[in-house]
Amino acid sequence: MAKPILLVENISKQYRLGYVGTRTLAHDANRWWHRIRGKDDPYLTIGSANDRSAKATEEYVWALKNISFEVQEGEVLGIIGKNGAGKSTLLKILSRVTGPTIGSIKSRGRIASLLEVGTGFNPELTGRENIYLNGTILGMTKKEVDAKIDEIIEFSGCEMYIDTPTKRYSSGMTVRLAFAVAAHLEPEILVIDEVLAVGDAEFQKKAIGKMQDISKGQGRTVLFVSHNMASVQTLCTRAIVLKNGEISFNGPVEDAITYYLKDENDSFGENVLEFEKGNHPTKENITLIRASIGKRGHKLTKPIKIDDEIEMFCEVETNDITRNIHVGFQFLDASGNILFMSQTRNANRQDLDFRKPGRLIFKGVIPEKLLNEGEFTINIYVVENTTALIEYMDALKILVAPMSKKIGERLGKSKGVFKTDFPWTVEAKSLNKESN
Amino acid sequence: MNPQREDAWLYEISSKRKLIDLNFKEIWRYRDLLLMFVKRDIAASYKQTVLGPLWFLIQPLFSSVIYTLVFNNIANISTGIIPSFLFNLSGVIIWGYFNLTLGTTSSTFKANAGIFGKVYFPRIIVPMSKVVSNLVRFGIQCLILTAFYIYYAVYAGAEIAPNYFILLFPFYILLVWIYGLGLGMIISTVTTKYRDISILVGFGMQLLMYLSAVPYPMGELKSKVPEYGWLVDYNPLAQIVEGFRYSLFATENLHFSWMGLGWVTLLGMSLFFIGLILFNRTEKNFIDTV
Repeated sequence: MAKPILLVENISKQYRLGYVGTRTLAHDANRWWHRIRGKDDPYLTIGSANDRSAKATEEYVWALKNISFEVQEGEVLGIIGKNGAGKSTLLKILSRVTGPTIGSIKSRGRIASLLEVGTGFNPELTGRENIYLNGTILGMTKKEVDAKIDEIIEFSGCEMYIDTPTKRYSSGMTVRLAFAVAAHLEPEILVIDEVLAVGDAEFQKKAIGKMQDISKGQGRTVLFVSHNMASVQTLCTRAIVLKNGEISFNGPVEDAITYYLKDENDSFGENVLEFEKGNHPTKENITLIRASIGKRGHKLTKPIKIDDEIEMFCEVETNDITRNIHVGFQFLDASGNILFMSQTRNANRQDLDFRKPGRLIFKGVIPEKLLNEGEFTINIYVVENTTALIEYMDALKILVAPMSKKIGERLGKSKGVFKTDFPWTVEAKSLNKESN
Repeated sequence: MNPQREDAWLYEISSKRKLIDLNFKEIWRYRDLLLMFVKRDIAASYKQTVLGPLWFLIQPLFSSVIYTLVFNNIANISTGIIPSFLFNLSGVIIWGYFNLTLGTTSSTFKANAGIFGKVYFPRIIVPMSKVVSNLVRFGIQCLILTAFYIYYAVYAGAEIAPNYFILLFPFYILLVWIYGLGLGMIISTVTTKYRDISILVGFGMQLLMYLSAVPYPMGELKSKVPEYGWLVDYNPLAQIVEGFRYSLFATENLHFSWMGLGWVTLLGMSLFFIGLILFNRTEKNFIDTV
C-alpha cells in the first residue's frame, strides 16, 4: 500500500473579524502571557463557525475546522463548496502562503498553483528576464528554466518582444507570457483553481484546456477546485465537499456531487409556495392557495436534472369558477432577465356551467432538456381576462442540475439559459468538376 | 519507490512552534531565486536613467560635501590627520549600507505582501537578496572611497596609510549585515500587525545617525560633552562606524578596542538570532494580519 503523497491532519484556521487596534494588542499580550506560563492559547476555544450570512457574534471565526484527508500519488481530487466555504483558505494553507492555527500537513512533493500567473513580474525587466524571475519564484531552478525557455517563448507567442521590457507589453501579452511560464512548471502536486480563471474568453479556454490536459493526461497528482460540476465529474475520481469550513462529505466524485447539489438545493430551492392561514394573497374574490414546481411525478425530488420533465402546479380559489381566470409562470434567470412566460390561456377548460365558489387547479409541463443547468426564479401571475390581479414575485426558485455524463463527453456547461435539442440533419454531397 | 523515500516527507507544515525552524536545504534549493532577485534589484534600479549606477556615487559624495561644510568648516569638529571629506565619506558609506539593509529588511513583509500572498518560497530569501544587492552598491561606493583615499594620501600629502588593521574591514561589513538583518527582522515582525513602528523607524534612523559617530569622531563628543559619552560608548552602531574607520585609517584620534569589538559582535549575534526566530514565526501567518 503506497503512502499518501499529501497528508492533511486535523487542520483548523482561525481568523479575527474586524480591525486591528488596541484591543488586538490586549489579546496578543494575553496570549503571550498564557504561552510563557505553558498554557494553551485562550482564544482557541472560542470562535464561531464559518457561516458567511450569519451575524458576527464573536471576534474570532473558524474559516476551517478539523480538516483531515489524504491524497494518493496520481490521484485527482476535487474540492467543491459554495463561496466562502473555505476552499481558498484551504488552498492557501496547502500552498504554504499561510499556516494553519491547529494541525499539520505533510507533503512528499512540491505544491504549485497553476493560476498564480505573473507573480513577481517586474515591468522594467524584459520578457526573457521575467521568465527567469517568475520561474524561479514559482520554484524552478535556473537550469530547469534554461531547458524550457524556448518552449515557453514559443507557447507564449511573444517571440518578437521577448527582449523588450514587459511594461511595453499589452496586458494580454503579459498574461500570455505569465501563463506560459506557469504551464511549464512541473511540481509533484498541482493545485488548479478554476474559480480563479480570469482573462478573456480565449485565454480562459486555453488555460482550462491546459489544466485538463495536465490533470488527465500526465498522471499528475492534482487538487482541482471548481464550481463546474461537469468538469469535476469528468476529471476527478474523488471529491471532498466543504461546508462552513468543515468537510461535510469525502468520497467518490459521483456521490460527492449528488450530495453537494442536494445540499445546495435544500438551502436554495423553494419548490413549493404555501401560505399560513389568512396570509394568502387575494384580490377581487380570487385567492392564490398554493403553487409548486418539480420533477413530473416526483414533485419534491431535488435537484431537478436537465433531462427531467418539469411540472408546474397552481391552485386558485374563487367565488365563481366561470370567471375567465388564468395563471402565468414567468421564468427569470439568475441575473433577473425574463426568459419566458408560460400561461394557461390555451388550457382546455371544462368550466362548470353554474356559478358557484370553488377551486381551479392548473397544471403544466415543461419538456425535458429545455432549461439549461443553473438557477431560475419564477414569478406567478393570476390574471382575469387581460388584467393581472395577483402578481407574486420570486414565488418559486429552482436549481437545474446537469444530467449524468459519461467520462469523455464534452465538458462543461454550454452557455445560455436554454438547453436546446433541435433536430439537425447532415447530408453528404460529392464534388465533381463538371458541376463546378 | 525505495523504502527510504517512502518515509521521507519533503516538508511538513505544522501549527506547532519550534524555536528555530529554518530549513537550510530548502533555502539552498531556492538559491537561484536569490540570484534572480539580486539581478532584478540591480537592473531595475537604474533602468531608464542616463547616469545609471553613477547615481550610487552621487548621493554619498554630496552628503559628504555638505557634512564637511557644516560639521568641520562651520562647527569646527576636528577629524585629526584624516582629511574631513574622506572621514565623512567613509562614515556616510558604511552608514548608508547599514541604513539601507535595515530599511529594506524591516519592510520585507509589507513591501512583498502581494507576492507572498500568492506563492510560497522561503521568505528569508528576500532580505538576503537585499543584503547582496546592496553590497554591490556598497562595493561601487568603496571604489570611489579608494580613489579619494589614494588622492589624499599621494597627492594631497595627508599622512594616512592603511596598516594591518585593514584586515578587519570585511569583519565590519559582516557586522553591518548581522545588525541590519537582525534589527530589520525584529522590526519587520512587529510592523506586520502594528504599523506604528515603521513610522518610528523612518525618522529614528535619521536621529540615530547623529548619535552614531557618523559626522564626528567618538573622541570629539566625549571631550566636549563628557556626561553624554555613554551615548557612543554603549552604542554598538557608533562602535561599528568608528571601528570601520579605524580599519581604514588606524589613527590615534579614533577609538578602537578589542573589548569593544567583542561585545559588539556578541550583541549583534544575539540580535541576529532573535530576529531570525521572530522572522521565522511571523512568515507563516503574517499574510493574515499585514
